[in-house]
Amino acid sequence: MLEIRNLTKMFGGFTALSDINISVEPGERLGLIGPNGSGKTTLINCISGSIQDYEGEVDFNGQGLNGLAAHKRTRVGISRSFQIPKPFTSMTIKENLLIPLEYAAQGGDLSRASIYEEADKLINTLGLNEKADQLTSGLTQIEMRKLELARAMAAKPKLLISDEAMAGLSSSEVDDILKILIALNEATKVTIIMIEHIMRAVMSFSERVVCLDAGKVIANATPNEVIKIPAVEKAYLGE
Amino acid sequence: MKSNRFYLIMLGLVILSYLATAFIDNQYPFYAGFAILQLMVMALAWNILGGYAGYVNFGSAAFFGLGAYGAIVSYQLFAAPLIIQILVGGCVCALLGLATGYLTLRLRGVYFAIATLALLVVAETLIHNWDYVGGAAGAYILPSRTLEFLGVLIVGKEGGLFSNNKELLFFLLCNLALLTIIICRIIENSKYGRGLAALRDNEEAAESMGVPTLKLKLIATVISASIMGINGGFFPYFMTFIEPTSAFSLDISVNALAMSLIGGTATWLGPVLGAIILGTLQQIATVTISSEINLLIVGLFLVGFVIFAPDGFLGLIKKLGKRGD
Repeated sequence: MLEIRNLTKMFGGFTALSDINISVEPGERLGLIGPNGSGKTTLINCISGSIQDYEGEVDFNGQGLNGLAAHKRTRVGISRSFQIPKPFTSMTIKENLLIPLEYAAQGGDLSRASIYEEADKLINTLGLNEKADQLTSGLTQIEMRKLELARAMAAKPKLLISDEAMAGLSSSEVDDILKILIALNEATKVTIIMIEHIMRAVMSFSERVVCLDAGKVIANATPNEVIKIPAVEKAYLGE
Repeated sequence: MKSNRFYLIMLGLVILSYLATAFIDNQYPFYAGFAILQLMVMALAWNILGGYAGYVNFGSAAFFGLGAYGAIVSYQLFAAPLIIQILVGGCVCALLGLATGYLTLRLRGVYFAIATLALLVVAETLIHNWDYVGGAAGAYILPSRTLEFLGVLIVGKEGGLFSNNKELLFFLLCNLALLTIIICRIIENSKYGRGLAALRDNEEAAESMGVPTLKLKLIATVISASIMGINGGFFPYFMTFIEPTSAFSLDISVNALAMSLIGGTATWLGPVLGAIILGTLQQIATVTISSEINLLIVGLFLVGFVIFAPDGFLGLIKKLGKRGD
């Protein structure tokens, strides 16, 4: 479904990503891990189109994405949430969801009635009913994260990229988000790439884990295999 | 239902503005009304890019001035009638808006504001040095005392729809203001308007939610610039003489921005209220004190509102209303 070939991204003299090759299968749950500064967010910025000037190829369902603007990538089926939530602050929760439903879902061709129906459905799924008509400023941390996920899902993606959706949450809140992500994957068959630092979450969620360190892929295997790889241990704990 | 009522009110205002020209003999209300309407149209147009999309434009006077000089060029070239002058002003600015937008809309925040300010300086310098339109000395338009269109006497002391040009211009500008209000209202309630609001709140998030941010911003710039240009197209005919310093005055940019911010940028009503309140105060000050004090009034209001009511007059009313509940 997603093919990344020889992807390299430089920021001036600093190599953020070096010759990355990853492929993701339809419906797969992929965990993306790595220490801070290892290039995880840069990688998803290259996939989602926030960064355009990279070297290498990113293909999605056989279509080359190079040169395609971020909003067009969302329309072809790649949606992301942000590490630091970026809600539309002048809008209510429901209106936040209407934006991707109007502009991205099914190429931006959904009818007015189904847009509202879909928004209600998502609000329900994520348990945000009580605050649907409130501005985002009144949301708690976990509600904000749920809104990020709901908004990304409202674009009706084939591939959802979740960027540290659980950072700063309590253990039970982490379980809550995990449950939602797994349920979404099972119900809609959406492929999910999850970036996360909470190893417990990565281990239980992922069918496969890719580990980045200093812009390079140092591991690409099942969760149980990955934690046994010495390079991964070294990247996280040092020698 | 609500929409029908809105359009009925608009139609009522068109009729009312015509009746005013027919029944009021004193010319001062039309002069003052023209000045306030001019401010209102500028503020409404500014708000499309500045309020809805969050891109602060300091170059409004460039679009206004180039609209005015577009009218002058069409007059010099083929003695174009008023309506053509106005449309030429609008078209020139639509094209310029597209070009400027394409070059500057990748800039954000203060950098965009500086770029638009630079546009104003460049436009004024160009006109200053272009002899065909009078250069620094300025240019005249001498409107005829009678105006006929398709056999109907539009302007004429005896039997004309309007007894003089000032009344005709007041009526036309009133229509432009109402049309601009309608355009703003349509934008606010459309998918396009929601896209602009999304990019104003967070451009990166909007783009990744499928909103074609650059395209939306370009459309906003073109609409905003062409309305400003059309507004400027009235200016030479009304003043009968223009020169670059007044057509490209920074006061025009500051007024447009200040009236939107003071009224409130969230809806079309904000710029309308801002222009009516400040425009009226400016007219009163001009008559009773001096026209030089106008900008001081705007400045004081702007500082006051930025500190005490950052969401403008409308935001203040809403806040007070909530406290009352």
